[in-house]
Amino acid sequence: MANDTSSTSASEHGHSDAHDHHDHHELNFWQKYIFSTDHKVIGIQYGIVALLFLLLGFILMSCMRWQLAYPGQPLPVVGNLINDLYGGSDGIMTPEIYNMFGAMHGNIMVFLAIVPLGFAAFGNYIVPLQIGAPDMAFPRLNMASFWLFFVGAVLIFGSLFIPGGPAQAGWTAYSPLASAVPTDGQAYWLVGLVILIASSLLGAVNFIATIIQLRAPGMTWMKMPFFCWAQFVTAFLLLLAFPPLQVAGLMQLFDIVFDTSFFLPSGLIVGGQPAEIAGGGSPVLWQHLFWFLAHPEVYVLILPAIGMVCEIISNNTRRPLWGYKTLVYAVLTLGFLSFIVWAHHMYLTGMGTVISTFFQTTTMIISIPSVIILTCIFLSLWGGSIRINTPMLFALAFLPMFGIGGLTGLPLGFAFSDLYLHDTYYVIAHFHYIVAPGTIFAFFAGIYFWFPKATGRYMSDYWGRVHFWLSLLFMNMVFMPMFLQGLNGMHRRMYDGGATYAGSMSPEDGVVGILTKYIEMNQTISIGAWCLGLAQIPFIINFFYSITNGKKANSDNPWKSTTLEWQTPTPPPHGNFSEPVEVFRGPYEYSSPHDDDDFLPQNHKPTSSEAELKSAEGQAS
Amino acid sequence: MEIPYTVKPRPDTGVYNAKVGIWLFLASEIMLFGALFSSYIILRITAPEGTWIEGALNVPIGFFNTLVLIASSVTVVMAWVSLKLNNYNNFKLFMFVTFGCAMTFLVVKSFEYHEKFHHYEMWTKADSDNRFTGHFEKGWLTDVKKDYNEKVAGLESAYKTALDEWKTSDQSTDAPSTPVYPKVTFFTLSTAEVRDLAEFLEFDTLVFEKEHKHAYKYAGQPEAHDHDHADAESEAHDDHGDHGGHHYEKLTIPVSDMQRTSAFIPGHSNYFGIYFTLTGLHALHVFAGACVLLYFVLFNKKMWKEDPDRLANRVEVGGLFWHFVDLVWIFLFPIMYLL
Repeated sequence: MANDTSSTSASEHGHSDAHDHHDHHELNFWQKYIFSTDHKVIGIQYGIVALLFLLLGFILMSCMRWQLAYPGQPLPVVGNLINDLYGGSDGIMTPEIYNMFGAMHGNIMVFLAIVPLGFAAFGNYIVPLQIGAPDMAFPRLNMASFWLFFVGAVLIFGSLFIPGGPAQAGWTAYSPLASAVPTDGQAYWLVGLVILIASSLLGAVNFIATIIQLRAPGMTWMKMPFFCWAQFVTAFLLLLAFPPLQVAGLMQLFDIVFDTSFFLPSGLIVGGQPAEIAGGGSPVLWQHLFWFLAHPEVYVLILPAIGMVCEIISNNTRRPLWGYKTLVYAVLTLGFLSFIVWAHHMYLTGMGTVISTFFQTTTMIISIPSVIILTCIFLSLWGGSIRINTPMLFALAFLPMFGIGGLTGLPLGFAFSDLYLHDTYYVIAHFHYIVAPGTIFAFFAGIYFWFPKATGRYMSDYWGRVHFWLSLLFMNMVFMPMFLQGLNGMHRRMYDGGATYAGSMSPEDGVVGILTKYIEMNQTISIGAWCLGLAQIPFIINFFYSITNGKKANSDNPWKSTTLEWQTPTPPPHGNFSEPVEVFRGPYEYSSPHDDDDFLPQNHKPTSSEAELKSAEGQAS
Repeated sequence: MEIPYTVKPRPDTGVYNAKVGIWLFLASEIMLFGALFSSYIILRITAPEGTWIEGALNVPIGFFNTLVLIASSVTVVMAWVSLKLNNYNNFKLFMFVTFGCAMTFLVVKSFEYHEKFHHYEMWTKADSDNRFTGHFEKGWLTDVKKDYNEKVAGLESAYKTALDEWKTSDQSTDAPSTPVYPKVTFFTLSTAEVRDLAEFLEFDTLVFEKEHKHAYKYAGQPEAHDHDHADAESEAHDDHGDHGGHHYEKLTIPVSDMQRTSAFIPGHSNYFGIYFTLTGLHALHVFAGACVLLYFVLFNKKMWKEDPDRLANRVEVGGLFWHFVDLVWIFLFPIMYLL
């Protein structure tokens, strides 16, 4: 990445010398690349860290998949390393290690990979450019936000190496389990989480203030690219949903450190001994506070992805986004509704049927804006002259994958079917379809799409296609069988992949465990998962190779896009635009009849034919 | 290109950047404290019957602090007005008064905390009168502390001598093992610590000074009974003490009879847990806000000369935060002190 940043800087300086009349004093290496206040550098910093965590979360999961496919057999390659760190022998994964990896896979993927990548990395890089702003509203706060994120991430990542290992109570960290695990990992995770939330809070304030205050002249709300709308709503979700988790995190931390009993009931027995606590707390309170964040969090994971897909699809179909205003209203509705559906994760807590009914209703209602969004994007394809390239392939694949993920969520939204499906592999398959082939595919699309803007070079299209088809194949090989496993009752937290459960029950006892064929699917899934890992190698090599050796983008706007980020020099200099921008038109004026070129950038002055049309309209009215 | 609207408001939104920022920040702060207040409500209504504490705090002191904070909210506005009226001296004066109020609040709060950390409740295994408040008898506690320190010092020095001997020896035997003893800080004693101390120092009884009036009552139950009038059937009471206007009864309690003991710290009960969490978080906000306001008055004089509007904006934004901190207390005071 050092290569990337240095090439960025060279041209950056060329531009600031040529165009910038405000004398920026020379920045040294640290100010330019490490403690930078430039939103583009910060975006890239977030991106690199998040991609590394994405890989790390994947590696943890690969180890777990071995244990699920071949329970109790020594783990190849890393088995001894794991034993050295966490105990156990012969490279066999103990239940504790499985729990640690499970918890850390979830934590790392959600808090350190997907959110920073979708919201912070892409948002930071693209939003100010798209709205025509010179930077974020509060550049120093932006830097503070990244470094807080970094500290929190180091704490959570570092807890993998402390004595006793990291958190073991799953990413949902339900009390009293979370306070009962006798290691320090949970406390590290909680402190890290509180810091991460402070970081995302600063980020959210910054994004919203930037979008409200720094839109270029003429960039009215309904002329804003849809990606900015998606980020705007996402920022509100982070701003308002994260603080309750911060509170919950602090309270659980106090339960562990100061022996309070906020989430610990009276008469709690831990390890056969009555716990020496005051008691009287409420375990369900943790779940409420947790899911009050964690459901909006789902939309934090998906909305930036939807935004990117919209940009890429509109650009590659060469036609306006179908139902832009509908999309905007749908995403606003989605944002609002996401605050009142959280307890559909808690049907099994015995909240009572009245509350369950309320949350079933809101959950069904929230599927409406989601379907509107997906429908609008599908309709955008209709009659377009579709350009197939790597970003477009990923964006297109996002649609059915997200569709599968969304539709399989409906049975989980009803209490009666959720009672059966809760905590089975069906749930795992459902939300991974949203986040893995959904969100992550959109991120890949975004990386391939905006790469020429950040570096001035394309990523290889051929290897991009290899990456895409293999990823698509193996993603489905991993997650499709999980639906079947889940429907047949396989529990999501079984450490041996259900082997004991299947063996311990027989039809003679009147209890039927899981059929062996569903247990055997574990091996198929695991092989799919490892192959999915291998399929990312072309991407990784392509990414680094193309920074310096990729095919040169022939212009600042290689995809012939309308939005403002493509109307800057490449890569954009400090301050982004070499001259003040003004916006005259909507974000997706493709195939315009008013121009011979098939697109009109947002800052393109009204053409003479347009002016005539307007005056004609004026006379008519 | 420079970032626009850092000082002057944007025409179509009517505000400058930082003002949008602070309102958004306050929105998230409302969610933060809102979640804590909600937790308070849920903990209170789901608490097992007759376990929620009332009347444990000193209302006049809390009321005094409320007045101090409200006064500081007024002075911070006066400071902003003074800047707008170009009167820098008045600005300085009002900012220092605001800061002084913040410090007064924190000092009073820290005294309240300190009092709680040294105020104990004792639960015994007796059949009746098995729950009372007070504190460990001072002389007894001093002795325990002295014995503990002496014994620990003895063990440590014995270990050091043994280790030195072993180092100079041929090292054929195993190295001496590190001494094992309970780690006790005496900042506040927990049940486990008292038991560990009893085992370590080999004492069987502890001396506790019991208040005649229980320090609090449970919600939904009648006023705490006054032990002066209760029949003194306590199994192990020695004599009646009377000092400092408080009525104390000195009790000698067998350690084996002790069910649980705790100072009024977060772990005492969910009431004190949420009390310390809420007021602690609020105190942090007071401290942070006061530091920011102090920074404006100490280090921003140059800005006042060069760009007075910018400083006025800063003070306005800081003041908005300060009002919020004040507002949180306005909700905190009744739910913690009065209800």
